[in-house]
Amino acid sequence: MEQFLQQIASGLANGAIYACVALALVMIYVSTDHINFAQGEMAMFSTYISWQLMTWGLSFWVAFILAVVFSFVLGVIIERAILRPLHNAPVLSIVVVFIGLLAICNSVAGAIWSYLIKEFPSPFPKSSFGIAGVIGPHQLGVVMVTLIVLGLLFIFFRYTPLGLAMRAAAQNPQMARLVGVRVDWMLALGWGLAAAVGAVAGIMVAHIVYLDPNMMGGILLYAFASALVGGIGNPGGAVVGGFIVGVLENMVAYAGNQIEKATGIYIIGNGEKLTVALIIVITVLTVKPAGLFGRVVVKRV
Amino acid sequence: MAALLEVKGLKAFYGQTQSLYDVGFEIPDGGITTLLGANGAGKTTTLRAICNMVRTDGTIRFAGKDIAGQATEEIVRLRIAHVPEGRGTFTTLTVDENLRIAAYTRRDKAAVHADLERVFGYFPRLKERVQQQAGTLSGGEQQMLAIARALMLKPRLMLLDEPSFGLAPLIVQEIFRILKRINEDDKVSILLVEQNAALALDLATHAYVLETGRVVMSGPSSVVKNDENVRKSYLGY
Repeated sequence: MEQFLQQIASGLANGAIYACVALALVMIYVSTDHINFAQGEMAMFSTYISWQLMTWGLSFWVAFILAVVFSFVLGVIIERAILRPLHNAPVLSIVVVFIGLLAICNSVAGAIWSYLIKEFPSPFPKSSFGIAGVIGPHQLGVVMVTLIVLGLLFIFFRYTPLGLAMRAAAQNPQMARLVGVRVDWMLALGWGLAAAVGAVAGIMVAHIVYLDPNMMGGILLYAFASALVGGIGNPGGAVVGGFIVGVLENMVAYAGNQIEKATGIYIIGNGEKLTVALIIVITVLTVKPAGLFGRVVVKRV
Repeated sequence: MAALLEVKGLKAFYGQTQSLYDVGFEIPDGGITTLLGANGAGKTTTLRAICNMVRTDGTIRFAGKDIAGQATEEIVRLRIAHVPEGRGTFTTLTVDENLRIAAYTRRDKAAVHADLERVFGYFPRLKERVQQQAGTLSGGEQQMLAIARALMLKPRLMLLDEPSFGLAPLIVQEIFRILKRINEDDKVSILLVEQNAALALDLATHAYVLETGRVVMSGPSSVVKNDENVRKSYLGY
């Protein structure tokens, strides 16, 4: 029983990370109809920035905030400098740009900080945090931090004029221009926010997966699966999808372990977790392409 | 009366296709002007050209200032409200959000609140549906919302594209009554594009007739209304 609860708890912690990256993907998708394949690598780069700041002597949270702000600015600059000139380009060109961005982030990080795997600290105190035997201090901290970030984003989009303008620009850019919204800047802002949310995910997960330039590869796949489960155009769905995927992959591995214990036959285990994510992607796309919470878009003709 | 909007030698292009050749007109401050014409004459394009939503060439002066070539959102910020064809509401946002986003560029927050109440005075039905998603409104309600949204911009000039399109006659009458009040009470000048020429000529003080991207006739509505050609082509008697 305890092991079962532990698996759920660690699933929620992983799910929180997936939720953040999935949300970052969806934020860009709803306003541009593109999936930013470089989202994970951008987050990885931000994580290195925070690591660098910490080795220069800053405390974890100061480095965290500076790295998130840095990511926001970098996201805005990438949109303005690289994506803006391409806004009428065919989809394939943009996909190539995303893949190029992915490769650049990866190799620049490797060149600056080397490909050696580094340890990354956890800011959460070991003694007073977590519930013994159920959820570890870092896992609980990750869930709390991401919930705070997601809550702040929700408040921003739901209750502030700027958030409303961003939603309007994403839903109907031409109409948004007609009420005076500077749609181009809203897109850049969306990129900045997505990069910032990704950075939070990267910095939170680095303690678990360790810091190296390829740390986000698998996580991006999970985030994909999460966004698809929730419905790729639905931010709230992406968040819920993240937690579902996180818990589900642990449950599948746990069930596999139990079966192996009982029967001695190995069917599925921790090694196949990523496979679970890919199976989820394929299943959702074939069975329910709009996702659990997505709406099928019907257009008037 | 000085002209609020002055358009001279306006040309417009969709890609390689030219759809306006030489459009010129003036909108007096505080008046209602209508553009008449058959399908494809260039009425909608003219409105889109004013807001720089198509590639244009020519002179467009608003309140004495040249606005040709400025970005759409900057033109809107001069308080020109465009109510596009097909209503143009944010369907996934609520009625309340649709109205608030229109006041996004305004800094006079207290006046915004007063304007919201005034708009609900014009369209009480919107008040009943204030938390509903705009996409779930009926056609007439969506048109009301589009006009209400334009009003929240506190416009000096309102560009209306086919406000009667697809609506029941009673609702059209209601909307046109409200347009008249908006013009008289709120001192909003109006440029109206309308298929229903009889209705448009009753409301407007001035009329321009467009044919294949050119102005072929203009004058006070009462004169245009009695013109032989206009009667035959657009009024049907």
